[in-house]
Amino acid sequence: MINLISYFLFIIGSFCILTGSLGLIRMPDVYNRLHASTVIVVGGTVSLILGAGLLNGADSYLLKSLAIIFFIFITVPAGSHAISRAAHLRGVELDKSSVVDELEERERSASEW
Amino acid sequence: MILLLVIGVIFLAAAGCIIRAVLGPTSSDRVVAIDSFSSLMVAALVILGVHYQAVIYLDVALIYALLAFIGTLSISKYLEGKDVGM
Repeated sequence: MINLISYFLFIIGSFCILTGSLGLIRMPDVYNRLHASTVIVVGGTVSLILGAGLLNGADSYLLKSLAIIFFIFITVPAGSHAISRAAHLRGVELDKSSVVDELEERERSASEW
Repeated sequence: MILLLVIGVIFLAAAGCIIRAVLGPTSSDRVVAIDSFSSLMVAALVILGVHYQAVIYLDVALIYALLAFIGTLSISKYLEGKDVGM
């Protein structure tokens, strides 16, 4: 029974990492590619690790898998934030179909003061 | 058997990350691609540890995730053009 939950998590994780990898190739922009990278990590990797920890009902795997998942949930938002902030400060252009850039508007209004 | 199938899917997705890391126009693209590649390798290590019945693979995966996070942070601080502030 618990192996069925594990297989279901494997299917979800495989779907998320394949679509995330496709998005990483196809997206037009650094910021959009960051979205695809987050789909890979949060949707795919966490599901695969949780499924592998639940498989066969072994306790030591489950505890260490939960430790790795907790660590990923802490570190991934910090890393994505650092990458996107570095790209914006470095002057990487947004794609032409982008609608709004609130950070640049805020910096411009702060420099007008 | 299903674990080896999942390993194959992970390597297929990792090939996409490598393609973006080679093609990427700016260096921020390469950092994004290598970050997601390393998280895919963490998942591959955990699944290999369950397949070989060896718990030490999970410790290696935890340390690898830690080092990848430190690498991503330091590269993005370097790309900002400032010192790495302590």
